[in-house]
Amino acid sequence: MISKNLTQTKQPATPYVPETLWLDPEAKPFIQIKGLSKKFDAFTAVDDISLDIYKGELFTILGGSGCGKSTLLRMLAGFEMPNAGQIIIDDVDMAAIPAYDRPINMMFQSYAVFPHMTVAQNVAYGLKKERVAKPEITRRVSEMLELVQLSDLAKRKPQQLSGGQRQRVALARALIKRPKVLLLDEPLAALDKKLREQTQFELMNLQYELGITFVVVTHDQEEAMTLSTRLAVMDQGRFVQTGTPTQVYESPKNRFVADFFGTINLFDATVISCKPNEDTASYNIKAKMDKTGTIVKAVAESLLRPASAITIGVRPEKIRISHERPEGDNLTIAKGVVEDLAYYGNRSIYRVRSESGRVIQVSAQNYQRSEQLSLEWDDQAYLSWDASCNVVLTE
Amino acid sequence: MKDISGPKATRYSQPLGDKLWRNFVIGLPYLWLFLFFLVPFGIVFKISLADPIVAKPPFTALFDFGANAKNWLHATFDNYLFLTEDNLYWISYFNSIKIAGISTLLCLLLGYPMAYGIARSTPTVRNVLLMLVILPFWTSFLLRVYAWMGLLGKNGVVNGLLSYTGLIDAPLEMLYTNGAVYLGIVYTYVPFMILPLYATLEKMDLDLQDAAADLGAKPWQVFVDTTLPLSMPGIIAGSMLVFIPALGEFVIPALLGGIDSLMIGRTLYDEFFVNRDWPLASAVATVLLFILVIPIMLFQRSQQEKK
Repeated sequence: MISKNLTQTKQPATPYVPETLWLDPEAKPFIQIKGLSKKFDAFTAVDDISLDIYKGELFTILGGSGCGKSTLLRMLAGFEMPNAGQIIIDDVDMAAIPAYDRPINMMFQSYAVFPHMTVAQNVAYGLKKERVAKPEITRRVSEMLELVQLSDLAKRKPQQLSGGQRQRVALARALIKRPKVLLLDEPLAALDKKLREQTQFELMNLQYELGITFVVVTHDQEEAMTLSTRLAVMDQGRFVQTGTPTQVYESPKNRFVADFFGTINLFDATVISCKPNEDTASYNIKAKMDKTGTIVKAVAESLLRPASAITIGVRPEKIRISHERPEGDNLTIAKGVVEDLAYYGNRSIYRVRSESGRVIQVSAQNYQRSEQLSLEWDDQAYLSWDASCNVVLTE
Repeated sequence: MKDISGPKATRYSQPLGDKLWRNFVIGLPYLWLFLFFLVPFGIVFKISLADPIVAKPPFTALFDFGANAKNWLHATFDNYLFLTEDNLYWISYFNSIKIAGISTLLCLLLGYPMAYGIARSTPTVRNVLLMLVILPFWTSFLLRVYAWMGLLGKNGVVNGLLSYTGLIDAPLEMLYTNGAVYLGIVYTYVPFMILPLYATLEKMDLDLQDAAADLGAKPWQVFVDTTLPLSMPGIIAGSMLVFIPALGEFVIPALLGGIDSLMIGRTLYDEFFVNRDWPLASAVATVLLFILVIPIMLFQRSQQEKK
């Protein structure tokens, strides 16, 4: 909805933003975070974090509660002062710049819409503080309200608005200042499912059209996956992995990321052999599953010694489930009994207890209509997946 | 034809007992206010329309249905007229409003930072601080005012300490001054300011202050634009809790004040117990009530309009 209006509203011309600016070694980062740390008494909330974010990115910081992501965001906004490290935005060191002077605006998780002001007053607030001339304030406020489709509600008080409308006020209030960076704290957390999906796309379109750099903080991996150009998974004050959603999902760095970012089946295994592959600059390994003794093939990023313990991860949607034993070359095959199944309409989740006694989760698209679903509770089933789906985790 | 309306109609109506009980619970405070506020006020108002006489009771009856009576209703507004004629009453009303007003302002200036500090401290510290605010109530009010007399008197603790350290040669005149009255009122009523302020400040969403700062407000602007307007209910509640009792305050000006700190409470007391002019005293009390009630009613109306 927002994007439709955007094309009609005059916006400052934005330079074309290549979507993979971070791959260009020449590119200059827009936000540079260098060795940033924040301690509260004995507790280290943010522990020596360094990060480059490029202009026009939609960067997501993903982590569970208490991982330090909100503290990081609050340091960017200027509400918290770091104990060590530097934040540089567009070549300016933020250390000496208080929150009210930073070219950054934030959309709070609680929205923090001023309850004693009308929608229009809320949106105008930032411009008033900038001492923008009155006619210009009026013009820009009505433009911004148009953009977020709140023109009809300009005179309402926040108590008379729905959650989604309040969020638009918060967004309009932040965007009207034309910030260099927009910070969003759990932007979709308080919305219901349908509104979430809609808002998600609106935010992405808005970000693309305005060319503002977005930094999003969330605990919701689905939100992170759909919104971001890149994301960082954070745990205990540190970044565990940084990359595009695809990179982090398909090649998680360790067990924590694999498990936190999506669902994954993890199997303990032992390396049998490891041979370098000249073409892909990686290593082809053979490993033996500890429980079943099955030999599997996989690709590792680094050289692994034979007999070293690893974990093989397989995402549920990569596994095929069938009545008949499938035939194929690079397949890993397991036999089991359907212990549980959940029907989601578009897909079904099966929990299959394999012969070795462990439960493997499988997510299958429902290509056929439900009447033709052939697998039921307690049915015998074969699980199979291609060797290329095996993710080697060493940590 | 089957009658289906019968059971349907009764399904949603409440049992009679419930209704009675509800009316009783709602009616109880009304009854209380009627018996112990409205009826006594009616009596006071009635007395204020009478003439003083040397008798028991010391005022004329409002109604006289006797045979020699010229008029069955015997009411006079002389007492009210007299209030406007004698400077004494103007001065004591004005003094009371001035002293109560300034004391309320002082309580606000002193109480706001304290309430803010309490609201923003960690939960353990917060409980201790709140306890400390309430603690003085555990000692008798009168005792605490007498304690101030001991502190401020000519040979009191403060003067003793100051002359002992050689800061002053002659004792300072502190007791029986307007300053002592302000001190006494502010000291006594500041908890009534702190508690409602604390209640509003404590539940305020801190994100709002951050949001204002984020949008370009300097710290003082954050306070003026968000904290202050959002704590207005607490400011108003606290101010009323201080202003209303301070206006009618009798004990503090009587014990700590001098000749010039004449307040309406003292005048009221003198009319009742020294002059034994009950009708005039009643008129003084009635006017005092209107001075208090009218601004409160105007305020409530404006609040309702806002909603």
